Amino acid sequence: MNRTALRMEHVTVTYPGAARPVLRDVCLEVPEGELCLVIGPTGAGKSTLLRTACSLVPHFTGGTLAGRVLLDGRDTRDHLPRDLADVVGVVGQDPAAGFVTDIVEEELAYAMEQLGLAPAVMRKRVEEVLDLLGLAALRDRPLSGLSGGEQQRVAIGAVITAQPRVLVLDEPTSALDPAAAEDVLAALTRLVHDLGMTVVLAEHRLERVVQYADRVVAVAADGSVTDGTPQDVLATAAVVPPIVDLGLLAGWDPLPLSVRDARRRAPALRARLAPGLARGMDVPTTPSPEVLTARDVHVHHGRLASRRRPGPGSTAESAPGGAGVHAVRGVNLTLRAGDVVALMGRNGSGKTSLLWALQGSGRRSRGSVQVAPGPSDVGPEHADPARLSPRDARRRVALVPNTPQDLLFRDSVAAECAEADGSAPGTTRALLDDLAPGIPGQAHPRDLSEGQRLALALAVQLAATPRVLLLDEPTRGLDYAAKRHLAEVLVRHAAGGGAVLLSSHDVEFVAECASRVVVMADGDVVADGTAAEVLVSSPVFAPQVAKILHPLPLLTVAQARRAMERTP
Amino acid sequence: MRPLALHPLAWWAWALALAVAATRVSDVRVVALLLAAVVAVVILRRDDSPWARSFPAYLVLGGCIVVVRIAFHVVVGIKSPGTVVLDLPRVRTPDWAVGIELFGPVTTTGLATAAAAGLRLALLVVCFGAANALANPKRALRALPASLHHMGSAVVIAISVTPQLVAAAVGVRRAQRLRGTPQRGARAILASAVPVLTDALDRSLALAASMDSRGYARTLPGRSDRRVGALLLLALLSAAFGTYALLAGSSVLQAAGMLAAGAAAAVVASVLAGRQVQRSRYRPDVWGRPETFVALAGTVAAGLLIASSGATGQLLLAAAGAAFAAAPALGSRRFA
Repeated sequence: MNRTALRMEHVTVTYPGAARPVLRDVCLEVPEGELCLVIGPTGAGKSTLLRTACSLVPHFTGGTLAGRVLLDGRDTRDHLPRDLADVVGVVGQDPAAGFVTDIVEEELAYAMEQLGLAPAVMRKRVEEVLDLLGLAALRDRPLSGLSGGEQQRVAIGAVITAQPRVLVLDEPTSALDPAAAEDVLAALTRLVHDLGMTVVLAEHRLERVVQYADRVVAVAADGSVTDGTPQDVLATAAVVPPIVDLGLLAGWDPLPLSVRDARRRAPALRARLAPGLARGMDVPTTPSPEVLTARDVHVHHGRLASRRRPGPGSTAESAPGGAGVHAVRGVNLTLRAGDVVALMGRNGSGKTSLLWALQGSGRRSRGSVQVAPGPSDVGPEHADPARLSPRDARRRVALVPNTPQDLLFRDSVAAECAEADGSAPGTTRALLDDLAPGIPGQAHPRDLSEGQRLALALAVQLAATPRVLLLDEPTRGLDYAAKRHLAEVLVRHAAGGGAVLLSSHDVEFVAECASRVVVMADGDVVADGTAAEVLVSSPVFAPQVAKILHPLPLLTVAQARRAMERTP
Repeated sequence: MRPLALHPLAWWAWALALAVAATRVSDVRVVALLLAAVVAVVILRRDDSPWARSFPAYLVLGGCIVVVRIAFHVVVGIKSPGTVVLDLPRVRTPDWAVGIELFGPVTTTGLATAAAAGLRLALLVVCFGAANALANPKRALRALPASLHHMGSAVVIAISVTPQLVAAAVGVRRAQRLRGTPQRGARAILASAVPVLTDALDRSLALAASMDSRGYARTLPGRSDRRVGALLLLALLSAAFGTYALLAGSSVLQAAGMLAAGAAAAVVASVLAGRQVQRSRYRPDVWGRPETFVALAGTVAAGLLIASSGATGQLLLAAAGAAFAAAPALGSRRFA
């Protein structure tokens, strides 16, 4: 008989000062040994649901909790988070923010030290967890020098050494490249399958996890919650991964959730789509004018280099012994008006360094960058942004960094907009209303959702009317609706005579909006071609639709739908 | 196999003993000898860690101390007779500015005394730096008794937060340049301070949540010991009276007795308080023969150096002391 690991009985959570509850009358029962996936739009209360499940709400965050939460039979009302450390383990979105010690092995032992376990038991469990999560080679390494995927696995290991019954994770893969995300998810499924651990997991990129889930809990915008098997919930859910969308389009029932299941049924669909595809091939147009030309760009980070101007990108700090890092090695890149180019590659491959070097405010040790003037710019024809003042440079090429909140420093949205307007009042607000309508002017930028904050930073940068727009990892923490809207905005910017270069790990988003894909590895450009050419054939970067319909050059459900409509 | 560092307290014992010796030695040659010994030990025994790499900064600081000490001597020092090196005119400040005499002829003896005093201060700082470079400060804090564990954790977090704060400030300033905001002036400081501070606050909240849910500050239920408070009060009072007795010049024995009683009360209170904290230590540092050797080397060196001042054949004794101080340089890394 299955025991219940987590039970919520009529749980309603209201934060102080809030007009309405974040969670409304939630009844939920998660049996032992299940992988439970929590989905829902941004700001709907997924994080609150997870924090309620580990008693951080209300003990740590404040707020009122009505109803009852039972963890392995213990009521969170009577137990502080620290008293539940041996029952529930919590891993946050940014693993580095939760590290207490500085060495992998000590971090793994930290929770057990707090529980007062005997040294012999601790040593044994640390060794077991090192093997279980494939961390044995990293045991002596400093935590700050690990890659994102390794850090996330250490964070998971650090809570499971206390042998909790339930593991709660809030978007564990949102900052990881596809391969590192696979590693983390493989580790999680191993915990569920081999150890019978219960995992409760929130994730925006459903396509990555839905195939592993036993149960899906959908949090609606009004705080109500429905749960059931993945097939049942996803058939009616507002947010669905491409595979489900394709399944609905093809009329498959029951819905396949893994690429493997879908491919088995795909031959018939492929046969239906192929004729429409042959008919509607795009005609290559005449090349439009070049707006950004980069030749032989090199970026070095390191001890000597960083003394004068520290370079962006995290690789500089992690270099052993402070030796220099050759982050970008002779990249040639041309952006034409109308291009939306995606920059892909694993973490640390030089994407961020390249973006900053192209903008002109990051380091560039060698090479040239020429950018055409923006529509409102009266400067010379092509110029090197590094030679221009920051004010003039951003009117040609603007960058939204991977932490958009760094750009914001005023205490209200209205003040930010006024700050960015310059000579033409109201332009930023108009741009913001177009990107994300309905943000109140008196709201504090910190209180916005991830999507709204990105929209504000984007509006601030677009107010300078740049010709070229650079974005570093813009899709972090965005739900499907926000991503679709962002894709539309970027395509529109390009259609207006500009160009967009964005770095992203999100293959589905790239398939949606990019016309061209550039893949980097170890500072080199290893592939540069149309999205279809690069993505369809790649084992790591292929989106789900491409994997299912291979060898047809289709990347998104929208393309498949169009091909189907063209079929006679 | 991984290299296993010595117990951090062994290095601290060694460095503290040498620091005590440094305050008692007056001969500049002995001070220089001791300095050389300390530097040699650090160079041969340190590993490639951030705290070990900070050692040159302590040497630079020591150099600055010597320079400042000599500069003070030239400007305001009392000029001793001897061979004049630099004949500066005496300047008397007006009476409303206290009326002291500045400058005056600088002599070799005066310079030598000032340099020796500066070098002694520098040696103290270098001893502290050596302990810091050789012993991982975080591991040293792990050796604290259980009752001080929470305080130790707070210090460890403070140590790791500072570099993060610097990195965040650099990142935010870089991002601000993207907005084209001016890089100087009060507005620029405000523009970068707000995101850095809010970021730091977010970070500490995330860390606190992580520590809380991993069992930090768990106490055994319902056992708060009143004796701890009483003992701590007793320790505080006897420390106060003992110090007063020591400074007032009454019987040394009485003062020492008071201080010892206070220390004993504090130790008992700490043990009692530690019983309430249920925690254990993962792979604690072991105190073995090498640790005893390092600590002894420091103590013996200190003893010899203190004995050398004023004794016959003092240079021989001092040289032996310095040799003992440098002895840990011969040790090799242990492997586990």
